[in-house]
Amino acid sequence: MGLRAFFDRIEPNFVKGGRYERYFPVYEMFESMVYTPKTVTRVAPHARSYVDMKRIMTYVVIATIPCVLMALYNTGLQTNLAIASLGEDSITGWRAGLLSTFGIGFNPSNPLANMLHGLLYFLPIYIVTLAVGGAWEVLFATVRGHEVNEGFLVTSMLYVLILPASTPLWQVALGISFGVVLGKEVFGGTGKNFLNPALVGRAFLYFAYPASMSGDTVWTPVDGFSGATTLAISAAEGYGQLAAHSITWWDSFLGTIQGSLGETSTLAAMIGLAFLLVTRIANWRLVVGCLGGMIGFSLLLNIIGSDTNPMFAMPWYWHLVVGGYAFGLAFMVTEPVSASHTNLGRYIYGALIGFMVVMIRVVNPAFPEGMMLAILFANIFAPLIDFFVVRANIKRRAKRNA
Amino acid sequence: MAQTYRKLLVDPMVDNNPITLQVLGICSALAVTSSLAVAMVMALAVTSVTAFSSFFISLLRNQIPSSIRIIVQMVIIASLVILVDQLLKAYAFEISKTLSVFVGLIITNCIVMGRAEAFAMKNPPLASFLDGIGNGLGYGVILMLVGVIRELFGSGSLFGIPILQTVNNGGWYVPNGMLLLPPSAFFIIGLIIWAFRTWKPEQVEEREYTIQVAEAH
Repeated sequence: MGLRAFFDRIEPNFVKGGRYERYFPVYEMFESMVYTPKTVTRVAPHARSYVDMKRIMTYVVIATIPCVLMALYNTGLQTNLAIASLGEDSITGWRAGLLSTFGIGFNPSNPLANMLHGLLYFLPIYIVTLAVGGAWEVLFATVRGHEVNEGFLVTSMLYVLILPASTPLWQVALGISFGVVLGKEVFGGTGKNFLNPALVGRAFLYFAYPASMSGDTVWTPVDGFSGATTLAISAAEGYGQLAAHSITWWDSFLGTIQGSLGETSTLAAMIGLAFLLVTRIANWRLVVGCLGGMIGFSLLLNIIGSDTNPMFAMPWYWHLVVGGYAFGLAFMVTEPVSASHTNLGRYIYGALIGFMVVMIRVVNPAFPEGMMLAILFANIFAPLIDFFVVRANIKRRAKRNA
Repeated sequence: MAQTYRKLLVDPMVDNNPITLQVLGICSALAVTSSLAVAMVMALAVTSVTAFSSFFISLLRNQIPSSIRIIVQMVIIASLVILVDQLLKAYAFEISKTLSVFVGLIITNCIVMGRAEAFAMKNPPLASFLDGIGNGLGYGVILMLVGVIRELFGSGSLFGIPILQTVNNGGWYVPNGMLLLPPSAFFIIGLIIWAFRTWKPEQVEEREYTIQVAEAH
C-alpha cells in the first residue's frame, strides 16, 4: 500500500466532523511534510511572494547544510585536538565508548573520525531541540487551529548551530521552549514573529546561564580543556596576538577555530548565503546594508584608534570572520519576517546591525560578541524603519502631485 | 452592605487586579521582586499608603476644591509615603536600603493616585479604606507571585532560606541568572496576565485592529 493511499485512508478521521478533528494540525504536518500542501496561503504576511512557505523554509534548511557539515567536522576536530593535548585518559562517557567500540579512534587528522565525533555532539542537541520545540509547535497548532509548518525546521536548525557543543541538554530544551513560545507563538506563530525565535532562545540561555554560554571552557566539550574564542583573544590581547595562538585569518575563514557548533566557518556561511541569494530567498539589500554598516563603522574606529582598547584596531576583514557575524549575516539578517520589508528600509536595517555588532564588540566591555544582540536590537527597530520609509514615500508623492 | 465591603476587598485580587487588568504599577513590580522579602515589604508599604491615603482623601473629599484636587491628593500621599519611609529606615534598615528609591516612588505609583481619583473622591471613608486595602493586596499578590518565581528559580531560595540547593553550594540546581535581572519580571507578569485572561476570558481586551486577509491570487 502506498503512502498516499495511507494518508487518504486516514484523512477522513481528521477533517471537520471526523473522530480526531482536534488533531488535524498533526495530520496536516506529516502529510505536508511528505507531499506538497494542498492549500495555497492566502493571508498576509506569507503572501508577499509567489513561492510558498514550504519551499522557502526547505531552501533555508538546504542552505544550512555546509554549516552543518562544518559543525560536525569542527566540533570533532576541536574535541579530538583537546583529547590529543590532554592525553586519551581524559575521555570518558558514552561517546568515547561508542567511538572506541567501532574502532574509529580520536585522531584529529582523520576527517571521518572528526565528523563522527562531532555528530555525537550535534545529534543529541538536535534531537532534543526537535522533540521539545516540536511538542510546543504541535500543542499551539492544536489549540489555536493553525498548521504546523516547516518554519520550525529552520528555527531548530539555526538554534542548534549557534549553541556551544557542551550545552547541557536540559538547557537546550529550556532555550528552545522559550524561543518558540515567547519568541513566536505568543505573537501568533510563524510569519507574525517580530523577533528571530532561534535567537530569542539563544539570548535566553545567554542571560540565564552565562556560565555555559560564554567563557573559555564551553566551546570544546572536554573537561579541563580551556580554549578562548578568537573574539575573546582579540578583546583581551588584540587581534595582532592571534598569530601567537596560532590562529590565522584563513583558519578563521575556514572555521577551524573555537566557537559555537555551526557558526565558526565563514566559508560555509558564505556558501549558504550564496545559495539563498541565487534562489532569491534572501534579499541582497539586507546583506549589502549589513556589510556596509560593519565595514564603515570598523574603518571609522580604526581611524579613531585607542591606546587602551585593542579592539579599536581590528580591521573589517577580521570582524567578518570571527564570532557569529558571517553566520548571522547569512541566516538571520536575511530572515524575511523579522527584517524590514521596504527596500530602503532593508539597507537601513542591515546597516543598523552592522553598526551595532561592531559597537558591541569593540566599545562594550561586557560582551565579547555582539551579533546576537545586534540582530535582536534591529529586529525591534524593523517596523519603525518601515514606518518612516513609507511615510517619507507618501510625503514625497504628495509633494510631487501638489 | 457587608456584601459590598467584601466585594471591595476581594474584587481587586483577581477580577479587577491593578497589575493584571489595569496594568498599573508595573515599574516597581519589575524593580523590587528579585527577592521575596523585599517584595513583601514593598507590598505592605503600598497597601498601607493606598489604604490610608484613600481614607484621608475620602474624609476631605467634600472640602477639596476640584481644580486643585490633584495637588491636595499628592500632599496627603506624599506625607504618608514619607512616614512609611521613615518607619522602614527605623525598623527595617537593611530592606529599606535594598528598596532604596522605590519607597519614595510610591508617591508616583499609579495605583495610589488611581484609587484616590477614581474611588476615594466619590465614596465614604470606610469604603475607600477597604478599597485601598483591596487594591494594595491585589498589587501585593502579584508582587509575591513574581517574587516567589524569581527568588525560587533565580537563587534557589525563598525568604533567603535555601529550598533548591544550588550548584555553587554543592547541590544540583543551576540558578537561572536571567530571573535576577529586572526584564525577567516583564516575561513573568506577561505570562501571569496570559494565565489570568485564559482563566477569565471576560478580561481580554477588544482588538484595536484586525489583520486583513489579502485576496487570493
